[in-house]
Amino acid sequence: MIGLRYFARKGAMFLLTLWAAVTLNFIIPRLMPGSPVQATLARLAAGGQTVTEATKRAIEIQLGLPHSSLWTQYLDYLVNISRLRFGMTYSITDESVAHAILAAAPWTLVLVGTSTVIAFVVGTLLGVYAGWRRQTRVDSVVTVSSTFFSAFPPFFLGLLLLYFLGFKYHMFPLTGGYTPGLVPQLTLSFLGNAVYHSILPAVTLVVTSLAGWVLGMRNNMINTLGEDYVLFAEANGLRNRTIALLYVARNALLPNVTGFGLALGAVIGGSVLVESIFGYPGIGSLLLLAVDNRDYPLMQAIFLLITVSMLVTIFLVDLLYGLLDPRVREA
Amino acid sequence: MILLEAKGVNVVYQPGRGERIWAVRDVSLSLEEGEFVGVVGESGCGKSTLGFALTQMLQPPAFLESGVIEFRGVDIAGLRGEGLRHQRRRGFAVVLQSGMNALNPVRTIHHQIGDVLQAHKLGGEHWSKDAVHDRGVELLGMVGLDSSVLGRFPHELSGGMRQRAAIALALALEPELIVFDEPTTALDVIVQAALMEMIKELQRARGFTALLISHDMSVVLDATDRAIVMYAGRIVEDQGSMQMVQGGRHHPYTEALFRCYADPRADDVVLQDIPGSPPDLSLPDSSCAFAPRCTIAEGRCWHERPLLAEVGSGGAIACHLRGSSEESAMEGRQGGA
Amino acid sequence: MAIVPPASPMQTNREDVVAVVAPPLEVPKRLRFVTRALLTLWSNRKARAGLVILGFFILVAIFAPWLAPHSPTATSFRPYQNPNAVNWLGTTGNGQDVLSQMIYGTRVSLLVGLGAGLLATCLALIIGLVAGFRPGVVDDVLSFSTNLALVLPGLPLMIVIAAYLRSNSMWMILLVIGFTGWATGARVMRSQTATLRTRDFVTAATFSGQRLFRIVFREILPNMISLAAASFFGAATAAVIAAASLEFLGLGNPNTVSWGSILYWAENDNALLTGQWVLVFVPGLAIVLLALSFILINFGIDALSNPRLRER
Repeated sequence: MIGLRYFARKGAMFLLTLWAAVTLNFIIPRLMPGSPVQATLARLAAGGQTVTEATKRAIEIQLGLPHSSLWTQYLDYLVNISRLRFGMTYSITDESVAHAILAAAPWTLVLVGTSTVIAFVVGTLLGVYAGWRRQTRVDSVVTVSSTFFSAFPPFFLGLLLLYFLGFKYHMFPLTGGYTPGLVPQLTLSFLGNAVYHSILPAVTLVVTSLAGWVLGMRNNMINTLGEDYVLFAEANGLRNRTIALLYVARNALLPNVTGFGLALGAVIGGSVLVESIFGYPGIGSLLLLAVDNRDYPLMQAIFLLITVSMLVTIFLVDLLYGLLDPRVREA
Repeated sequence: MILLEAKGVNVVYQPGRGERIWAVRDVSLSLEEGEFVGVVGESGCGKSTLGFALTQMLQPPAFLESGVIEFRGVDIAGLRGEGLRHQRRRGFAVVLQSGMNALNPVRTIHHQIGDVLQAHKLGGEHWSKDAVHDRGVELLGMVGLDSSVLGRFPHELSGGMRQRAAIALALALEPELIVFDEPTTALDVIVQAALMEMIKELQRARGFTALLISHDMSVVLDATDRAIVMYAGRIVEDQGSMQMVQGGRHHPYTEALFRCYADPRADDVVLQDIPGSPPDLSLPDSSCAFAPRCTIAEGRCWHERPLLAEVGSGGAIACHLRGSSEESAMEGRQGGA
Repeated sequence: MAIVPPASPMQTNREDVVAVVAPPLEVPKRLRFVTRALLTLWSNRKARAGLVILGFFILVAIFAPWLAPHSPTATSFRPYQNPNAVNWLGTTGNGQDVLSQMIYGTRVSLLVGLGAGLLATCLALIIGLVAGFRPGVVDDVLSFSTNLALVLPGLPLMIVIAAYLRSNSMWMILLVIGFTGWATGARVMRSQTATLRTRDFVTAATFSGQRLFRIVFREILPNMISLAAASFFGAATAAVIAAASLEFLGLGNPNTVSWGSILYWAENDNALLTGQWVLVFVPGLAIVLLALSFILINFGIDALSNPRLRER
């Protein structure tokens, strides 16, 4: 009944995709024209930085040495990432890549996690309502505004909010994840300060990703409304609320859940830009810092982290889907 | 006692920009309590649309353009929303053509039966989980399904079982009228026969009124007390099934339908199709709609639309040649010979 | 099933749409077909709005030299000016006329959007066709690659690739976006091809001994047109937004005159804080409008191929 086969198949798929993504992360820098290793070392030396052994090692792990075989490099790479050894970053003095990421990750996790969940729940509910009451005034208002906001690049909406609510009306702070001078700690006052700082970035992410959920769910609702089981439920005189929620929305939700992982990719992409605009101390800002400094080890490690966390989330959503749709459990 | 009486029913399909389609045209009929009536015709003749109209199931772009539909003396044509919903308990139910897809794929049969029972509970009634279970077992038993089906999801059932489960759901309403819209079309022949047998027995045992909509003349004549033949949105013949089988006077279209089906016991079988195709339903019909395909059509058939008129033995036929008067029928027969 | 970036929301249901296969088209004269397709799109209210906006941008791009009051690159004005009679939208920090930059920038945004959209759609079409037509190992490998590409985070991937490449000309951005944006379309095309492959008319063509190439071009492709069009406008929407994002981050060539680079310089000069909000607001709005036009056209295509979504 529980359909172990479904979960086993999804698990195997997850591992295979994980391996492919990790390997791709190894291949990408080696496909690039020129030798990033030489370029990086030259750039570091020119910048007057001392190239420590650790830095050099980090670059070698991530980008490969010209004189060792590709296979040895690959094995080294696998061993190192399995032990979370990413070497030293040279964007931040005396900091290892792993530490830098560890410090930034919670910020992004909370921001992106919360925004995604809020956008999914609110967007899906709005889509259910608009689809059920289609061709009404509420439906057209919801659909038209969702369409409009789905055309917004997240950074543009972020800049507008920053300008009007932050700069013009001083309702929100202009930059940062917390007021400078505060020490990050788990106290109520610090958390309150952090939440206050994250409102604008979160609103930006929610509004720009909300639209996709609304329109997607509305579409699914309209498609499901034409199903025979909905017609039959009406013929049997079920209550409107039962039909709307348990017959239409419950089935219309399934394709939206499948799409969750892909939507997450968009939100993560959006968060990179949003973090940069709001100076939010998360993974996105760190990635851009790495890009600005041509800090390839940090860049590669962040990309790997983003990819792996997406894969894990998609895997979890797949498992959830197995519980939501009785048909796939045995399939 | 007349259970349902329809007068002058017109159903129109109005697609966004396209032309209006008059799918059902000025149909009047009445169903007696406990009667089993069949409606036959080619696809597109309006038989399913009529069934949907009679049970207030028309979906846009189709709508009831005009007509009165009285169920136990109450006009249900104007009912909407809650008023209509309340009429469905001990009222009229529908079993759809694609019963396979008529069940919610993510709810167990138990839950779906529960949904129907909860939707129609009267004041003070309470459907506990156990009560739903007991009633569910009882309903499934009526349609010949095992009680283990109760805990299953639709995709775990075969096509025939799903259609039976759908009938069980309809029976949960304790309906006085059930419209069966091509209930066996999507099933294979053996399952079809068993399901029709079950429907017949169920109807006899429970005494509800049944309207069977089908394109299959033999299925209809085998199961029903009375058969209605539709062509191009109109009733062209309405006779007792026995009279139909025994021969006698028929509308030329009915005769053509007979020729489409073979008697399996006959020695030689000559199957014929009906040449030509049904008329464009967006146009009005001022003549006999069947005339272009009729083998015996003559002058009058091309200018004047025949009305449904009583013939002997309680039936009615809409044909200038086979209908109303004995003389014209004789002429028709000679003309056709 | 894909909830795709918010940029292309209508694709959420593309796989449902797949079930509604367009009726087999006769092979009409090519021009007549295009005219008819445009006319059908025109009859949809949303698509009409989209076509009008897109048409406007295309005209601006074509006639840029005649429309622009000044040279977009000349640094001949006083920098950091607010809108005035000479420079209607003010000037940049380098003393360039913003209106002229906006007008010339239309060319880049349109080219990157349409070009990357076209590249992604062609890749999607090829991969989808091959995967759908060759069940077994070929399909398995291609489908796996598609799913992999689908779960790779798009913008971070583009950022990493753009960071490795030295010269990020407009063409490079176009290629990066095109090569990272094919997966959604490929998945839909694959399932459509797989469905069509088992259709009677294709089986008939196979049995009558037609060559595979001919079958694909004569029997399959004509039935993929609405899907390919939807995929194109979806990819173009994503491309416009992605290109603007990359340029805004400074990963393009900041010296190319484009909407994204106006935003980049504006952000660099802290234009919002110095009160030059026009520098952010105008190019941003132009990007929104261009993306919106693609989305609206896609609504029309969706409504054409899925009757349930049609407006009454």
